[in-house]
Amino acid sequence: MGAETILSAASTLALGLMCVAFFLTAWRVIRGPTLPDRIVALDMLVAIAIGFIAVIAIRTGFNLYIDIAIALGLVGFLATVAFARFVLSHGMSEDGEDPALVPDRPQRGKGRRKGRAR
Amino acid sequence: MLDLVLALIVAVMLVAGGIFVFLAALGIVRLPDVYTRMHAASKAGTVGSGLMLFAAGIHSLDIAIFMRAFAGFVFFVLTAPVGAHLLARAAHKAGYRLARVSTVDEMRDSERRDAKKR
Repeated sequence: MGAETILSAASTLALGLMCVAFFLTAWRVIRGPTLPDRIVALDMLVAIAIGFIAVIAIRTGFNLYIDIAIALGLVGFLATVAFARFVLSHGMSEDGEDPALVPDRPQRGKGRRKGRAR
Repeated sequence: MLDLVLALIVAVMLVAGGIFVFLAALGIVRLPDVYTRMHAASKAGTVGSGLMLFAAGIHSLDIAIFMRAFAGFVFFVLTAPVGAHLLARAAHKAGYRLARVSTVDEMRDSERRDAKKR
């Protein structure tokens, strides 16, 4: 068994595992009952994409892909921070979310109330 | 001989990273609320993709590329907790509640105590 065979088998296995992980996370993005669920899943999708890029860099031997992975990580972090600021400033959006997750306490601060009498 | 050992190390790191990423995606799908999902995604997912990036750096056998991959790894490990903490804090402040099975919410307790003091 040569080094090439080992590497090829391992990278194929890693790609398969990451494909499954990618589809599971995408299911959470589509399904996710609340906005933070979707943001967490999108952050995870960026991490999985970085893993994909690293495996492709190993398979093709094209090392410039590592720089692309670093740039993607930067963009993903900035996106998460921006989404967190959005959730903080916008408050809970009450339409189309799981009623079990709607809080029973009144919102404070800048959170907008959409006139649902409780 | 050295070639084979190097290939084995890279293969083990690739498969371990793939398993970590897969378990993180499983956690995102199976866990009950956004805070627990975040804990799966930001720890296991980061370690998984970081391991793959590290493996790509080792595979290149070039100190410049290895240092770049290492810098990317350190960057992910530094930024993932920051992003997850920002998002968790924003979601908690916006009013997204914990799942029913959770027993303690110290942040809400301390906020209530502060509100009572004022």
